Amino acid sequence: MSRSYSKSVSKGVDWLTVVLYTALVCIGILCIFMVEYNPATFTPSSFFQGTTNYSKQILFTGICIVVATFIILSDSKLYPAFANLMYVFGIILMLSVFVIGKNINGSKSWIPLGGGFNLQPAELCKIFTALALAKFLSQLNMDFSKLQSQVIAGVITLLPALISILQNETGLALVYMSFFIVMYREGLPGIILIIGFSFGALVVATLVVEKNTLAVILTLIAGLLVFVFRRQIFVRKRWNVLVLITSVWFVCVGIQRFAVPYIFNNVFECYQSQRIYSAVGKDYDCSQNKHALKSEAAGKSPGKPDDYNVRQSKIAIGSGGFLGKGFLKGTQTRGKYVPEQHTDFIFTSLGEAFGFVGSFIFLAIYFLLLFRIVLIAERQRSAFSRVYAYSVASILFFHIVVNVCMTVGLFPVIGIPLPLVSYGGSSLLTFTILIFILIRLDADRQMVLR
Amino acid sequence: MPVYNQSRSRIIQVIFILVFLLIILQLLNLQIFSTEYKLQAENNAVYRKVIYPDRGVVYDRHGKAILENTIMWDLMVTPSEIKGTDTTALCAILGIDTAGFHKRILTAIIKNSRYKPSIFEPLITDEVYARLNESMYKFPGFNIVERPVRSYPFHGAACVLGYLGEVDSNFLKRHAGEGYEQGDYAGMTGLERGYEKVLMGQRGVKRFIRDNKNRIQGAYNNGTYDTAAIAGRNLYSSMDIDLQLLAEKLLQHKIGSVVAINPKTGGILVMATAPSYDPTMLTGAQRRKNFGKLILDTARPLLNRAIKGQYPPGSTYKPLSALIALDEGIITPSYGYPCAGAYYSCGRPVKCTEHWQGHSKNLRTAIAYSCNSYFSNVFRMIVDNPAYHNPRIGYLHWKQYMNAFGYGIDLKTDLPGEDDGNIPDTSGYNRDFGGPRWNSCNIVTLGIGQDRMLATPLQIANAMCIIANKGYYYTPHFVDSIENETITDTQFVGKYRIKHVPLEHISDSSFNTVQLGMHDVAVFGTARAVKIDGIDICAKTGTAQNPHGKDHSLFVAFAPMQNPKIAICVVVENAGFGATWAAPIASLIMEKYFKDTLSAASVANVERISNADLIPPPIKQWYFKQDSIKLLKQSQKINPDAAPVFQNNLETTKPVQYDPEAEPNHKDNGDTSLIKNKQDLQKPEEKKNPKPKKP
Repeated sequence: MSRSYSKSVSKGVDWLTVVLYTALVCIGILCIFMVEYNPATFTPSSFFQGTTNYSKQILFTGICIVVATFIILSDSKLYPAFANLMYVFGIILMLSVFVIGKNINGSKSWIPLGGGFNLQPAELCKIFTALALAKFLSQLNMDFSKLQSQVIAGVITLLPALISILQNETGLALVYMSFFIVMYREGLPGIILIIGFSFGALVVATLVVEKNTLAVILTLIAGLLVFVFRRQIFVRKRWNVLVLITSVWFVCVGIQRFAVPYIFNNVFECYQSQRIYSAVGKDYDCSQNKHALKSEAAGKSPGKPDDYNVRQSKIAIGSGGFLGKGFLKGTQTRGKYVPEQHTDFIFTSLGEAFGFVGSFIFLAIYFLLLFRIVLIAERQRSAFSRVYAYSVASILFFHIVVNVCMTVGLFPVIGIPLPLVSYGGSSLLTFTILIFILIRLDADRQMVLR
Repeated sequence: MPVYNQSRSRIIQVIFILVFLLIILQLLNLQIFSTEYKLQAENNAVYRKVIYPDRGVVYDRHGKAILENTIMWDLMVTPSEIKGTDTTALCAILGIDTAGFHKRILTAIIKNSRYKPSIFEPLITDEVYARLNESMYKFPGFNIVERPVRSYPFHGAACVLGYLGEVDSNFLKRHAGEGYEQGDYAGMTGLERGYEKVLMGQRGVKRFIRDNKNRIQGAYNNGTYDTAAIAGRNLYSSMDIDLQLLAEKLLQHKIGSVVAINPKTGGILVMATAPSYDPTMLTGAQRRKNFGKLILDTARPLLNRAIKGQYPPGSTYKPLSALIALDEGIITPSYGYPCAGAYYSCGRPVKCTEHWQGHSKNLRTAIAYSCNSYFSNVFRMIVDNPAYHNPRIGYLHWKQYMNAFGYGIDLKTDLPGEDDGNIPDTSGYNRDFGGPRWNSCNIVTLGIGQDRMLATPLQIANAMCIIANKGYYYTPHFVDSIENETITDTQFVGKYRIKHVPLEHISDSSFNTVQLGMHDVAVFGTARAVKIDGIDICAKTGTAQNPHGKDHSLFVAFAPMQNPKIAICVVVENAGFGATWAAPIASLIMEKYFKDTLSAASVANVERISNADLIPPPIKQWYFKQDSIKLLKQSQKINPDAAPVFQNNLETTKPVQYDPEAEPNHKDNGDTSLIKNKQDLQKPEEKKNPKPKKP
């Protein structure tokens, strides 16, 4: 009996995912070691003393192994059963931050656990949200083409995002946007994603192209559309097409001329505007920013924020060249030129030490993991597992893309970690749980879970 | 299992692939196609420290070091890192004000960019160094760099040794790829320049990794790319520093030059020029100020008159004339010319100092008494040589001889900037006389070393070597050998080991006759005062007329006659007869050379000569004016209210009639480069005192 039980534990576990997971965690520890290595103070024992970041990360990894084992040993039915309850627990945990929270690096989103360790509930809440969304979308009488269910799904994902914004964790809030990929897979009209994408393109165009030129271009596009649809509009007298084109044109110009400048000058902090501007290679004038003016009036000179981070990060990655400078030989890393290199900018140490080849292999591992998860998602019998798997893939994808794009200067600097690699217990634990719940669910893929 | 919305799964996968491709493309762009990041990373993290080797030492012929090294310090600044520096404290130590501080930082940024270290204060003194060193922690962005500087144990031979100067962008452009950097020092004149490549050694570079706070983290790549500094090699020169110092002392308060050569080797024993300066003035903190002072000095102490001063050789040319005439077969040693105090054959008489009959009865006595009539006649005979039918062709033959004697050509000694002197070409006379219509009478004063003939003291001394050696010479030079000489060093010293025999064809008997004549000069002739016990001296005085003032006093000699060991040329500007000042100077130097010590009488003589002030009045006037202008400026600074009164006094009482440009120590010879040079030097001075020129 016991033999068959132990067999059933490992049965169905997707070992490739486990291997990829292990590889990424190991690379992470290696990178943190590279960042912190100093030949003057280094001794082999510093791996286990718990004073350095890499030794702490090893400790976190140990905790994660324990948690992962528990998850593998647990029952799959547990997760759909407790999904809603856990979601509520997660929201309460996030709200509790406002009471017992601790301020780290300007964001009040941490719960002190003692012993120098802190927990970020917004991180953990990703798991709960994924489970809750899966639970909601896998209901028997679910019709996702109905607007009502789309709105409910939207609320489930956006509620933690809203709380995150209130905690001053804009980066984590943005991660919840990745759930729209899942919803798209489950039947959310594609037009919403297209509109979202177009909006993003318009904002970028606003920043890059000169104000009046862009207005002229938009007008020309509108005119062209009217010309293309002239038969429909004028011959068949379908005036609503004309009204649609005109109103879209009106909204676009409105966004471009008023909304974007207003948001940049009045909503965003000066440094945020600067980060977005520098991602498109421009310089933001802080004297227009309301927050900057306010703090200046209060007598505080915040100093001009610049793109130092991105510049140094690009230098580090760019100087790696084809094969890289070699393990522990990165000068940018040794000289600590890249700020936050052990957390958000961990990719730079890898890019510098191992060059294009190393970065390519590293990204390939991520890519393999993502595709493996999509494959896993598509082979599930139950909608719950499928939605959950897509959630995991989307969250991972969003994290990887935003983080790597940020380090190579394709995206504004947003403080979100590189999954499984960046230093940080909360982040590592969150992704471990996310992935191992998926592995647990996948092991029972023949079962229909509700 | 319902295949629900399967196509959307594909779309999501395509989005994944596209986004990853985008990232890979950006990585390609950053890591492979752009090179700037590698460079920037290196700029960031690699600290390149240049290790300056010691420059080579120059020794004199007795092995005494005449040019050595000592240590001084430069205060360097990296403008991007000076945030938080205690500016007031730094300014207080250096004795500058905050405006000056900002100006220097700005200059450093313009010169060397914000991120590279530039010199903030060069060559700081020991005291400032000590004070800076104890509070360096207050000045981030500043650091003190050791720099070996030159030291001159004997404080002499300034114009020969030359000085070091900070290289400018032009220099860097010309010497690209030779390892020079902004802020380096390189030899600008003299031996420092001529042997720069040997003396500079090889700079070493050490690379360190530094962190974002500019702290050194250790050697870059374990020092794989480091190069060791190789010290410059030493030079062993032929100079005799004791003689050099004696010559410089004798030339005090005079304008002129002394060149002494060992005829056997061509090694220059003495090359003194006056006025000169203490070479230590151009090292150390006061370098800039002193340099400005020296370059504005109207007496031009930076000019090496031994190679750049061009003088009419006057009577010192006569032995050459005799040799040419003898070799051409125009005269015999017994040829005589009846002179009664002047040469009348060419209209305007050429005066001769001797009147009595028989002083020019043959070549020997003509040389001994320096008969102008005799040599005017000999020169005309050379030019009008019947063998050539045409005075122009005769003249060109004469010119060939003169060039063979080293007149009118660059001798290619090892000091840069040597002048050619002037042996005029026929074209010049053709132009001035409206075609080839001139004859020997028009240019007769060439026969007594006047007219347009010009030579540098080095050339005159070298011609003496040829006479002493009876036909051959070695190119005059300072450096006999280089430490650890290699085959590539032949470009430097190889040419000084070649025996030049341009006048082999002149017979020994001709040389003997001329040498005997010159011996007579020192025995009973014009320089009979020149005597050294037991040494047969051959000499010739010269008194060169020049358009700017009193005659130049010239003297040439070599000794001993049978086995010449020294050939010397002394020029003292505007000092009258050759025998008055130039001859005793040469005599004292030769006495020191042969006897090693001076007799009591000679020591007194040294004092007498060195104290004699022969600076021409216009130059003294210039110094006086400079002083009064300085005084005027100071008075205006000190008390602005009282200044007008003082100024009026000064303006009315000043008897200024001298044009400061009328530099009597320089004959304007039509050499364009000299004139250009001169104007350059005069400019700042003109700006300073335009007033005296108006009346």
